[in-house]
Amino acid sequence: MTAATIQGKTGPWEMVIGLEVHAQVVAKAKLFSGAAADFGAEPNSQVSLVDAAMPGMLPVINAYCIEQAVKTGLGIAGAINRRSIFDRKNYFYADLPAGYQISQYSDPIVGRGAVTIDLPGGVSKVIGVTRLHLEQDAGKSLHDRHPTLTFVDLNRSGVALMEIVSEPDMRAPEEAALYLTKLRSILRYLGTCDGNMEEGSMRCDVNVSVRRPGEDLGTRCEVKNVNSIRYVRQAIEHEAGRQIAILEAGGGIDQETRLWDPVKGETRSMRSKEEAHDYRYFPDPDLLPLVLCEAEVARIEGSMPELPDAKKARFVAAYDLSAYDAGVLVADRETADFYEGVARGRDAKLAANWVAGDFFAFLNKSGKALAEAPVDAGRLGGLIDLIGDGTLSGRLAKEVFEAMWESRESALQVVERLGLKQISDTGAIEAAIDAVMARESGKVAEYRSGKEKLFGFFVGQVMRATAGKANPALVNDLLKRKLGG
Amino acid sequence: MAIDKATVAKVAALARMRVPEAELDALTGELGQIISWVEQLAEVDTTGVEPMTSVVAVDLPRRPDAVTDGGYCEKVLANAPQGMAGFFAVPKVIE
Amino acid sequence: MANLTGLSIAEALDGLARREFSAGELVQAHVAAMAAARPLNAYITETPERAIEGAKAADARRARGEALPLDGIPLAIKDLYCTEGVPTTAASHILDGFKPPYESTVTANLWRAGAVMLGKTNLDEFAMGSSNTTSYYGAARNPWRRTGDNRPLVPGGSSGGSAAAVAARIALGATGTDTGGSIRQPGAFCGIVGMKPTYGRCSRWGIVAFASSLDQAGPMTRSVRDAAIMLRHMAGHDPKDSTSVPRPVPDYAAALTGDIRGLRVGIPTEYRVDGMSDEVTALWRQGIAWLEAAGAKTREISLPHTKYALPTYYIIAPAEASSNLARYDGVRYGLRVPGGNLREMYDNTRGEGFGAEVRRRILIGTYVLSAGYYDAYYLKAGRVRSLIARDFASAFETVDAILTPTAPTPAFAIGEKSDDPIAMYLNDVFTVPASLAGLPAISVPGGLTRDGLPLGLHLIGRAFDEETVLRAAGVLETAASFTAEPQGRWSP
Repeated sequence: MTAATIQGKTGPWEMVIGLEVHAQVVAKAKLFSGAAADFGAEPNSQVSLVDAAMPGMLPVINAYCIEQAVKTGLGIAGAINRRSIFDRKNYFYADLPAGYQISQYSDPIVGRGAVTIDLPGGVSKVIGVTRLHLEQDAGKSLHDRHPTLTFVDLNRSGVALMEIVSEPDMRAPEEAALYLTKLRSILRYLGTCDGNMEEGSMRCDVNVSVRRPGEDLGTRCEVKNVNSIRYVRQAIEHEAGRQIAILEAGGGIDQETRLWDPVKGETRSMRSKEEAHDYRYFPDPDLLPLVLCEAEVARIEGSMPELPDAKKARFVAAYDLSAYDAGVLVADRETADFYEGVARGRDAKLAANWVAGDFFAFLNKSGKALAEAPVDAGRLGGLIDLIGDGTLSGRLAKEVFEAMWESRESALQVVERLGLKQISDTGAIEAAIDAVMARESGKVAEYRSGKEKLFGFFVGQVMRATAGKANPALVNDLLKRKLGG
Repeated sequence: MAIDKATVAKVAALARMRVPEAELDALTGELGQIISWVEQLAEVDTTGVEPMTSVVAVDLPRRPDAVTDGGYCEKVLANAPQGMAGFFAVPKVIE
Repeated sequence: MANLTGLSIAEALDGLARREFSAGELVQAHVAAMAAARPLNAYITETPERAIEGAKAADARRARGEALPLDGIPLAIKDLYCTEGVPTTAASHILDGFKPPYESTVTANLWRAGAVMLGKTNLDEFAMGSSNTTSYYGAARNPWRRTGDNRPLVPGGSSGGSAAAVAARIALGATGTDTGGSIRQPGAFCGIVGMKPTYGRCSRWGIVAFASSLDQAGPMTRSVRDAAIMLRHMAGHDPKDSTSVPRPVPDYAAALTGDIRGLRVGIPTEYRVDGMSDEVTALWRQGIAWLEAAGAKTREISLPHTKYALPTYYIIAPAEASSNLARYDGVRYGLRVPGGNLREMYDNTRGEGFGAEVRRRILIGTYVLSAGYYDAYYLKAGRVRSLIARDFASAFETVDAILTPTAPTPAFAIGEKSDDPIAMYLNDVFTVPASLAGLPAISVPGGLTRDGLPLGLHLIGRAFDEETVLRAAGVLETAASFTAEPQGRWSP
């Protein structure tokens, strides 16, 4: 955890951070046209005449995108605006075919909301959300395909985005990372954005300024193109450092847009900033105000899944988990569902240990997605059942789990195939103990004369004699009794 | 609000239109005349009047989320002044 | 055989139905007339082969007893409507070579009803003008001349080519578009009927946009009945246009009963403006008398914000246009003038591609939307627009229609007003208010000036009440019995 203040040469500084997240709405078609919104198609193959801004083409809004934005708004405790307006944001760029982007300016679909982040040490912090609005994505310019030309692909042109703007409430790179992680988790729970930063379906611009603790806000810079959570941390760290260095050298910060260069690990001024932008926003006369009725918002509210914060609270209460464990398990909906599949009707704590422990260790090592794991929730539950009824010791269970991962068999099948069933037959264990005591009579005498440390040695010998299958609790009991003589 | 040549040049730049220097004076005069003519609106009392942005008194119509369009790259590119390999092409942009 | 180019659409449909002539003959006659009238410069693109093909198909359908409602009717289409595979220019250099791979909804509706296209008509560049002199393809000419004066006159604008074509009998009817009077004013200047329906009645999909909150398609014809017939096959809800209104389209021709007894007609005091000619005033008075003679009750009404309609329009229309025309950038279609980089390419393409009037309006529109001016201009204009719409709403509490002149003057000579943009804008003083309020309105020829030029009377109705407007227009038409025709001197 980065401290709330950072030490410069001339004293402490505080970072002030706000995030603008562009989240691609999960939908089949684009925001204002019927072209597909999929990722990775052949250039210009998912472009309608509307997306290419051919003369006389008109936008018609996708109903589902409205629903998705409302759902997201409710998911971040946002105020749903019953009347919102689509505006044109006018600027020229090769991949902006109409010369304007349809966006929402003064009347967004969602007003103030909040996202709660969990800081280490069990402290949580509320990060304010200023607004969420719907807008179109631009196309893509490819600058590296030709020595003198830029190529333009309009497949993304018109794809629905939600821009989610936070308040400047974050004070450390780690808080920004936690906010972004939490927001992504909420979006994924809702199914309104897949949160895939590599494919660009979630993108982030970071606003950073620094100030002396307690003073007024400093001049901020907007850092664009920060497209992973790791880069968010690095970009903030670098940008704050850059600003502090300038201020400490007696300079001033220019309010500007900067670009994150992930290769060099630094932010740089954008070269194409010849003039100040003047977007000339005005209501799009091709569209009418978007009016949401109470019943519609209520219906969407009724379809909301349980969100991470509520789920975490329930896990803590119902399964008696620590806040930390619960937090880990609810980070994404699949994991939480998986966990509940394992824990239902079983020892919830043991289930949490297995899911967060061995299971995730194997999953991460295999690089597989949860849905592709060779051990599903039912099988993992079966394994825990065998531990519970004494069939398997913890140590054997690990062995069984490893075999299950390899063979995709159930725990019972593995136990039977490998004959790993725990020995709980008192007679067999007593026989093994007797044999060990006979062989190690000297040690028995030492133990009995007070060298009780040797108890572990005897346990080991008995376990070895039974190939590890003896029920450890029984071994303990019987050994104590026999050695005690 | 008087419009000067610099304003006209700035607005022309914003609109991405080259205006020959020779035309700038005449254009400044014309625009100035038009702008001062429309400024008579200032005398209308519009206190409490909502601006009219649309004439139509219906709800914003919505389209179902279905892929019904696209898939005709050749149509999209048919009129392009310069195209290559399925892309539109423009002079190289340096960001 | 009758003079086929002199028929109305209604007469032509009757003649076709009675097999007095074929669609092929009807179209052939128009193709020949169109070629002979080229000096009018009414068409930018002629499509005779397409028209002849269409006529053949229409005749075949009729022979099978499957005739469509407008089967074989040759129409002229304003070159602002995108027509699949046929160059669509908006009379602008910037759309050089553009062939839309799609058909506008309104023209598609007409073709579905069997009509055929003779060609694409001239207009003011991007429909910005009232004289058809801003066209990149040269001015269209009014087929009318002043008595004893051979100077060519403007046909009005922006739908000047459509008006000239219909008046010169080189199309049975034409489509126009009206943003601030672009159907009605050229209709008046050329002595034909021009109707702007209620905003939202006709789809805007596929029509090159000028000012989206004002643009509306409409018919231009030689009779009110023809306007009713054409409008029925142009109008209709279009799910591709969010501002198109889902209302059934009535049989407008059925509304032409000739019975306006008891109709309450408002005469707005504020439309008596400076610079209006005596002859226009006299015709207006005559129009009032005609309506009263037919049993209507006229009364003086007040539309107090009329004076502010033009300045309001000249903020809103350029603002929307500056944004609508941003797409003409040399990247995806039309003209590209090369430059050293993207920025220069934009500046060159748009600087050379747009003509003077379009550039002027883009600059005005950009200026009024720019930071620091938006509230004082655009937002203010939006508020005044509300007041103008309210004026009409309260007037329509006591009247059913409003009668005014269409334009303050008859057609003027080409070049006459070109040095003063505001003088040119004043042509639309009577037509702009109804556009701002989105109301249906029509211009009907009412008579000739002393020197032989047509003048129009203008009726405005309630939203979506085109029927009342048409009915009253039909009464005016009958009373005026306007039978004059342009002299037919197309030579320069």
